[in-house]
Amino acid sequence: MTSMLTTPTRLRKSREASETRFKWFGRGAIAISLAFLVFMVGSIILQGKGALTTSEIAVTVDLSAENIDPNDIEATSFDSLMKKSLRETFPEVTSRGDKRKLYGLLSVDLGFELRDHILADPSILGGPQKLWFTASDDADLVISGSVDRDLPEDERRMSDLEISWLETLENNDSVNRHFNSKFFTNGDSREPELAGILSALMGSLLTLSVCFFVSFPIAILAAIYLEEFAPKNRLSQFIEVNINNLAAVPSIVFGLLGLAMLLNTFGLPRSTPLVGGLVLSLMTLPTIIIAARASLRAVPPSIREAALGMGASPVQATFHHVAPLALPGILTGTIVGMAQALGETAPLLMIGMVAFIADVPTSIVEPAAALPVQIFLWADASERAFVEKTSAAIIVLLVFLVLMNLLAIFLRKKFEKRF
Amino acid sequence: MNNVVTEMPEATSVQNTPAANKTPIFTAKNVDVYYGAKQALDKINLDIPRNKVTSLIGPSGCGKSTFLRCLNRMNDLVDICRVEGDIQLEGQDIYAPEVDVVALRQHVGMVFQKPNPFPKSIYDNIAYGPRIHGLTSSKSELDDIVEWSLQRAGLWKEVSDRLQEPGTGLSGGQQQRLCIARAIAVRPEVILMDEPCSALDPIATATIEELIDELREKFTIVIVTHSMQQAARVSQRTAFFHLGNLVETGPTKTLFTSPEDERTQNYITGRIG
Repeated sequence: MTSMLTTPTRLRKSREASETRFKWFGRGAIAISLAFLVFMVGSIILQGKGALTTSEIAVTVDLSAENIDPNDIEATSFDSLMKKSLRETFPEVTSRGDKRKLYGLLSVDLGFELRDHILADPSILGGPQKLWFTASDDADLVISGSVDRDLPEDERRMSDLEISWLETLENNDSVNRHFNSKFFTNGDSREPELAGILSALMGSLLTLSVCFFVSFPIAILAAIYLEEFAPKNRLSQFIEVNINNLAAVPSIVFGLLGLAMLLNTFGLPRSTPLVGGLVLSLMTLPTIIIAARASLRAVPPSIREAALGMGASPVQATFHHVAPLALPGILTGTIVGMAQALGETAPLLMIGMVAFIADVPTSIVEPAAALPVQIFLWADASERAFVEKTSAAIIVLLVFLVLMNLLAIFLRKKFEKRF
Repeated sequence: MNNVVTEMPEATSVQNTPAANKTPIFTAKNVDVYYGAKQALDKINLDIPRNKVTSLIGPSGCGKSTFLRCLNRMNDLVDICRVEGDIQLEGQDIYAPEVDVVALRQHVGMVFQKPNPFPKSIYDNIAYGPRIHGLTSSKSELDDIVEWSLQRAGLWKEVSDRLQEPGTGLSGGQQQRLCIARAIAVRPEVILMDEPCSALDPIATATIEELIDELREKFTIVIVTHSMQQAARVSQRTAFFHLGNLVETGPTKTLFTSPEDERTQNYITGRIG
């Protein structure tokens, strides 16, 4: 009796073999995609972590009345004072070229930093003070170890002489590394050590807000009308096909449209989140419409019938019953669309959001950068230190995306209802 | 009385119709229904008597559900559906252009094949109709309607302590009684039931059948059913549909014991269907 159920027949063997094969193919596929993900995120984090810390160099500055008039601080030439202090720290440096290299250990903003130190705490005036200043990008790379000091001299940007100065400073406890808050509070800069992500982050935030407030209401109304009220005829089919096609139009085309229509015809201010948001909402619209229609269609018709059978008007049935049930799906679709818009670069290039913007925008009509464009700009920059900045900006963009997706999951859970 | 459909009367105006009123509440004359080019119903003439249960029986696809859905114009939802002929509720053409469908459906409620409570609380399920039709002016009035409806639907004892729980959490039979309670909450004159027990087990079915019998005092009921036993148990009049035609109509007992038409005979003996 048992043999009938247990004997391994040829059919059974081949069936089991194919099941095992499929299981391993599936696991392999997942392993490969996970490996890609780990590789991508890992390499970005490894490269970008350097940008999250920054180096400072301490310089003793004589702040006595001889150099700074306590009654008229602004009259001081902070730059020359800093250079003088550096020369005094390394009195052996005499030639013009070496002096320039010496000044190059610190960021070009050294004069401003000195002024900020004094204005923040005027009590330091009156005598020599050891103050901390941002190291230049090249010095930072050496200090952090991103550039190997043992490389042959002609393969690195810092000469042996400069490295010897840095080592002297290190031995005097005049070098430290700490979290790079400037990266999150500064706008873009030509100098990598001063460049920050805030202007791009704000630009993206403002652009996405415009995009959301323009595309969400229009898309929802369009989707609800098309799905619940529009007569099903040639015209509505034609519109449907066109909306689907719109979702597949390359984004740069929308950028050109924005350039031609919004900037040239309507004369809206270029490089601004207003224009960026409008162009991105052209792209987001079809995504949201398609997602919203799909989730409206997924609401069981019995709910509609129940409401209409109760004597609810079609609008009441839609807004009291169908739309609330479709809301989780609509919100998910919206956030997917917004996430796409967040990562979109090409259309923003067309409407001038690729400009160098150092100021943090505070309104939608001020010029602004956006995160992906900032990444593009930094990836294109020649300074070695911008490599780290690029990866750090990518990390910021990814964190932004993850937060948006978490929001989507949260909203879906909150509004989900069983029926 | 005359303008039940075009004007929204007080909720109770037609409710107190004397039981002695022998005029039919619905009269259908020469009703043709087409789905696109296909004819689904052919020259249907049928009167629905007041305060009785009328059952519509027949094999699948015979048009009985189509006819039921003509009575509260649910067929309007189907784009390709076209209704011709004359259907009168209390002497008024319900397909006349000035008719407000919303008011019509308030007077002619419906219970569907599959229980379809809203994914809201039991209370809100019942309160929805009175709210949108503006039947109540205060919370306590609404509470009364909810209690009255659940009492009439025989559900009050089971759910009175959990009115705020979702209606979708009830059992199938309870959900269907909730749908009946929801339908009667707006005090309709007629309740249409489209195979209300086909998704339920025999015990839940028996409960609903008893309920239908009780509701007959206050409401006129039209029920579509696949089960001839059910038609025999709950209805006073039966109409037999076959291939889009109304073959025979009469008192339930007569129709089941001595049918006039051969097709009816064949159907009730199980030879067609």
